[in-house]
Amino acid sequence: MSPVATILGAGVAGLCVAHELASRGAEIRIIDQAGAPGPHGCSWWAGGMLAPYCEGETAPEPVTRLGQAAAVWWRDAGAEVVAQGTLVVALDRDRRELDLFARRITGHETLDADQIAGLEPDLGGRFRRALHVPGEAHLSVRDALKVLQAALARRGVEIETCAPPAPEGILIDCRGLAARDRLPGLRGVRGEMALLRAPGVTLHRPVRLLHPRHPLYIVPRGDGHYMLGATQIESDGRGPASLRSVVELLSAAYALHPGFAEAEVLELGADARPAFADHLPRIVRQDDRIHVNGLFRHGFLMAPALARMTADLILNGTEPELIA
Amino acid sequence: MPVFYGTEIASALMLGTAQYPSPADLAEAFRRSGAGIATVSLRREAAGGDGSGFWDIIRRLGVRVLPNTAGCYSAAEAVTTAQMAREMFDTDWIKLEVIGHADTLQPDPFGLVEAAAILSADGFRVFPYTTEDGILAARLLEAGCEVLMPWGAPIGTGRGLNNIYGLRTLRAQFPDVPMVIDAGLGLPSQAAQAIEMGFDAVLLNTAVARAGDPPAMAEAFARAVEAGRMARAADPMEPRDMAAPSTPQIGLAMLA
Repeated sequence: MSPVATILGAGVAGLCVAHELASRGAEIRIIDQAGAPGPHGCSWWAGGMLAPYCEGETAPEPVTRLGQAAAVWWRDAGAEVVAQGTLVVALDRDRRELDLFARRITGHETLDADQIAGLEPDLGGRFRRALHVPGEAHLSVRDALKVLQAALARRGVEIETCAPPAPEGILIDCRGLAARDRLPGLRGVRGEMALLRAPGVTLHRPVRLLHPRHPLYIVPRGDGHYMLGATQIESDGRGPASLRSVVELLSAAYALHPGFAEAEVLELGADARPAFADHLPRIVRQDDRIHVNGLFRHGFLMAPALARMTADLILNGTEPELIA
Repeated sequence: MPVFYGTEIASALMLGTAQYPSPADLAEAFRRSGAGIATVSLRREAAGGDGSGFWDIIRRLGVRVLPNTAGCYSAAEAVTTAQMAREMFDTDWIKLEVIGHADTLQPDPFGLVEAAAILSADGFRVFPYTTEDGILAARLLEAGCEVLMPWGAPIGTGRGLNNIYGLRTLRAQFPDVPMVIDAGLGLPSQAAQAIEMGFDAVLLNTAVARAGDPPAMAEAFARAVEAGRMARAADPMEPRDMAAPSTPQIGLAMLA
């Protein structure tokens, strides 16, 4: 049997497409210069929140609708998905941000101080009001990418480091921002993050701290590790995180819980996410290939839906919802 | 329509370009409002990359670009940023912000005058973000500014015109200087009020970008600005202490 598709890129888009096709029995090849998911791709630096409702505050409608299937997809793929919902808080001075956020999202309930303490004892007494979004989940992004890589390996698909002279089957271009030479509407949106080890703080679910200037999210990664994210800057710069961004992220964490003051800063990361002008990912038919791109800050949330659409298109000829 | 440094602008509404849910929303907000000027912040948006994707979107708006020095806390920083902006956007227009306080984002009047003088001497057309202070306004005009941009309220607060008396005084003190209410507007009614008071234009960002439906809010502001212009041109009545019936009384029965 000869491969039906050759996939370029082993970031979250490429691996999800590869996994979806392979698990439906399709023969595929996948190419990535680095031979594995890693720091060269922006999904390595992602938060891993599967938060279709919270993202709906600013994201277009399909993100909330299609993103709801992400948690189950990842769990079925073998990733460890923690389904504990999301907690959204604001400092007292910014409590109106909470009202605004509540008006603009769905799937939430309002908690009082006791209920907050019940969910997250470490935040007890720190906030009088919070939003809880029970239908959301999170995962550890690097583990999840490796799970997909391992699942492909078990099916005999290794990530090749050199593109074949003539790609076999249809070419699926999942190179993210690197495909910008072929997708002029694609732009980079820079994000910066920090990885901490804070054994003194225990949080069970992602916490979003609303703030008029420096919104923050903290994602627990287990074992006292926390991912702090993320800035959103109109730039395709992939250089190291700036002092200002780091100061903003770290002080927001400290404002959320003073226990973060004692945390070890394990990593500071930065990369540029690929985005189309409307911030919706899509499949783009072009010449010899189809692109799966524009996942912006919704890589882990939207890649499963895009992977399904891609597989439906290639294997069944079904016209996908998000296509250009 | 407002004239800045000899250039007439097609709309009295000016919009910032930050904080929109997406560039598609930003472009739609400009399209629906017909805003005549787009301000862009240079400082943060580059961050080591070329930011070209975003700049392309701004250029394609087809409106005049007014770069700003947002986030600068000293005259020197602001001057450097202005010089970068001139090269990048090929314009000598610069909205000059020198911030004096991180929490209130209040202008630093001393750094502002210093930077305005340096930039004006260097050929820039300076649009200074200032307060309603008349003495400061005079110093900025001496420094070479031919436009003033007094705040309505601190940036991003959406509180409207905080000091109406001060703004009226400033307007009356320099009747021939083009003035733009910059910052602090939250609602279209506040924009209409500013134009009714004789300000030439309004500039806002957060009120549109952070609305639930930015393009609709942009259009609402455009209509309010137009209402304000029409009202001013129509010569509004003066407030009176004495109530006066607006219904004619001819023909009422005289019962006494």
